Amino acid sequence: MVRKPTWPALLLGLIPFVGVCFTVALWDRIDPFVLGLPFNFFWLVLWILLTPLCLWGAYHFEKRADPEHSGGPQSGAR
Amino acid sequence: MNSSVIALLIILAIIGIGSFIGFRAGSRQAMNLEQWAVGGRGFGLVLVWLLMAGEAYTTFSFLGASGWAYSRGGPALYILAYISLAYVVSFFILPPLWEVGRARGLQTQSDFFEKRYDSKLLAGLVAVIGVVFIVPYLQLQLKGMGIIVEVASFGEINRTAAMAIAGALVAGFVFTSGIHAVARVSILKDLLLLGAAVVIGIAVPYHWFGGIGQMFKALASAHPAHLTMPGATRNMGHAWYLSTVLLTGLGAYMWPHLIGSCFTAKSADTLRRNAIVMPLYTLTLPFIFFAGFAAVLIVPGLRDGDLSLLTVVQKTFPPWFLGIVGGAGALTAMVPSAILILTAATLFAKNFYRPLIAPSMTDDHVARLARWTSVALMAVALFFTLTSGKTIVALLLIGYAGVSQFFPGIVLGLFWNRASRAGVFSGLVVGIVAVALLILSGRDPFVGLNAGFAALILNFAVTVVVSLASRSPARGINSPWMPAAERR
Repeated sequence: MVRKPTWPALLLGLIPFVGVCFTVALWDRIDPFVLGLPFNFFWLVLWILLTPLCLWGAYHFEKRADPEHSGGPQSGAR
Repeated sequence: MNSSVIALLIILAIIGIGSFIGFRAGSRQAMNLEQWAVGGRGFGLVLVWLLMAGEAYTTFSFLGASGWAYSRGGPALYILAYISLAYVVSFFILPPLWEVGRARGLQTQSDFFEKRYDSKLLAGLVAVIGVVFIVPYLQLQLKGMGIIVEVASFGEINRTAAMAIAGALVAGFVFTSGIHAVARVSILKDLLLLGAAVVIGIAVPYHWFGGIGQMFKALASAHPAHLTMPGATRNMGHAWYLSTVLLTGLGAYMWPHLIGSCFTAKSADTLRRNAIVMPLYTLTLPFIFFAGFAAVLIVPGLRDGDLSLLTVVQKTFPPWFLGIVGGAGALTAMVPSAILILTAATLFAKNFYRPLIAPSMTDDHVARLARWTSVALMAVALFFTLTSGKTIVALLLIGYAGVSQFFPGIVLGLFWNRASRAGVFSGLVVGIVAVALLILSGRDPFVGLNAGFAALILNFAVTVVVSLASRSPARGINSPWMPAAERR
């Protein structure tokens, strides 16, 4: 009944964790300023934009693995 | 007309319109528990999005985020980081949870524990822990509400009166309309908040420094350490950041009210697509941070960092704009308060009181008890708010430390057949005890880590070890813990 997530989707989901979390020592500095923002601030805003892209990719893998439950709004009708 | 009256009238008008929408929202439905608590399970993409955004963007992001940018500096960046990660987590766990929810008619987080682990006692414990940790979250909304209305009305309405009025209105529309009220009022609240955040975040740096870049440059040269970690703190370095982002990212969807709103969705796919677009809503947060950082230079030395955003707005804008910010801020506190008392009341009536104390109660009775409990809870939270002085982010972190202890029980319960009742029970108890001991004895951060995170690691370890040692009740995913005959 409860299907486990697919590996490619999980790997895509892991990317934002690496980007904003495990790499903190590499990007937590002020310089260089990008678009008027300190580097660490810019970096985190960038990942707000990149995270939906990763999830969008993951969505395609999940959908392929489970066409029945991801097919669209009609699949959940009662 | 003097400025305080203009601001006050605008605030009251916005609160009035919001409350009117709330009271009207449920007038077409007969309010049984299923309608009151999960909206009859018929909310589509837009309503679920509004509901979840309405719950995720609370007075915490408004006053708390700017407050921490002001008083702590760099460590406040954790707030920009964890919200996106919370949606990544939701992408993977909410759809399967929704499937189980539909198959077994689940309405609350505790229902999941009851069905998955076949234990009313475990479900009752989960309900009680959920209600206990909802109280600090509710407190922070009320505190924010009080600050917003007091400052925005130029002191015409004092904090206590503001909290009491808002509390009564929220209790009122939750009582009458349940979850429908929350989703509808969210629309107005989100529009106002989005608009106000962007205007403040752009106008404040331009007005005082000539631009956002110039503002950051000025701050970097005046206080070079403020913008990186540990900023203005001594013990919130990279280890703290890492553990706090993980704790809050994993724990975000462990809030009982967010699990509850997952069950309002029409399909699992709604939740997946929702998770993809939700991080974009976080794009308003940087604007709130701009105001908090600008305040470091404009209004240095505030005793309460949570006041920084409003103080700067008051110094920068005309009174009518302060009124709009006040009104938006007030709704931003009221919407999440509504969902919090609704969830806590449902948990109390359905998962604690009936199963463990009065098994013969009818559904109608439970629905009525839940509605009255929501009123009582509001009163309790008001009382605690008036008697405690914690900052908004500190209150939130206490709540997160508590609710993330549900993570092993839910995630292992969904995806690991061997997760057993004894394992989850002992893990949860160990986790909660560890949180209580560490926080109450002032050991947060604990060896540089967020105390809640340390407790979560312990909780995971105990859950896995005890599960492996105990005999599993054979209720895993691939074993039929949901026999077809029992499905609704």
